[in-house]
Amino acid sequence: MKDSIELTIESKFEYVELASSVTKNVTDMLGFDDDTANWIDLSVRESVINAIKHGNQLSIDKPVDIKFTIDGDTLTVYVRDRGVGFNPLLIPDPLDPENLLNPNGRGIFYMKTFMDEVDFSHHPDGGTVVRMVKRRSVTDDKGELASDGPPDN
Amino acid sequence: MAHLTINERNAGNVTILDLSGKITIGEGSVQLRDAVRKLLEQGHKNLLIDLGQVDYVDSSGIGELVSCYTTTKNQGGQLKLLNLTKKIKDLLSITKLLTVFETFESESEAVSSFGG
Repeated sequence: MKDSIELTIESKFEYVELASSVTKNVTDMLGFDDDTANWIDLSVRESVINAIKHGNQLSIDKPVDIKFTIDGDTLTVYVRDRGVGFNPLLIPDPLDPENLLNPNGRGIFYMKTFMDEVDFSHHPDGGTVVRMVKRRSVTDDKGELASDGPPDN
Repeated sequence: MAHLTINERNAGNVTILDLSGKITIGEGSVQLRDAVRKLLEQGHKNLLIDLGQVDYVDSSGIGELVSCYTTTKNQGGQLKLLNLTKKIKDLLSITKLLTVFETFESESEAVSSFGG
C-alpha cells in the first residue's frame, strides 16, 4: 500500500523551506541515513526552486505541487510547475570545461547525481512534472533489515 | 529564518570572510555577492572564504562561489576557500569545481599561499 503526502505552495522562495521540512520528515519516516536524507532534501529543493524560478517564472498565482509517495522502501517525489516546459536534453553539461565557470546549470545535475531516477514529463493539464525516485538501501537501515526482509504480502 | 552571517577580518594582505549559515538562492547568495563586490571595490584583491560554519549550500550557492571567483579573478585578484565541510566538498567535487578552486584546511597555509 502506498502512502502519499501532498502540498501546494505559491511560487515564493521562502516556501522552499516548507517543502524541505516535509522532505526531512518523510526521509526520517523511511529511515534514510543522514547523508542520503540530506541529498534527497537538496534534490527536492533544487526541483522546487526550478519550478518556481524557471517553470512558473516567479508568478505567485502559479502554484507548485509537491507530492511524496512512499511504497515500501521507495520514495518517489513529484514536483509540478505551471510553466511552458523545457527540453532537458538541451541543458548544457555542467562538467563540460566550457561550462565549468558558469554560475548556473548545476541543479538538475545534482538531482540526477543524488536520486536513483529523475525524469521529466508534460502534465496533461499543463506544466512540467519532475519525478524523482530514491530507494532505501540496506546501508541506510538503522539496525533493521526491512530492505532484505520478506515482503509483507 | 535562514540567513548568512559574514564577518570580515584581515591577515596580512589577505581579507578573510568567515561565513556562517546558509548560502542558498535569495538572501545568502546575494549577501555573499555584495560582500565580495564591496571588498573588490575597496581594493581588497586577496580573498579567503572560510566555509567551516556554513551548514547548507544549494546549486545557487555553489554558483555564487563560482561567480565570486570569476569576478575576483577578472579584477586581478585571487579568491580561495578554507575549511570546506564534507557536503560542500562533495558538491564541488562532483561538478569538477575542486579543479577550479584552491582549497585549504589550514588558515595559515591559506594566507601564506597568497604571497607577500
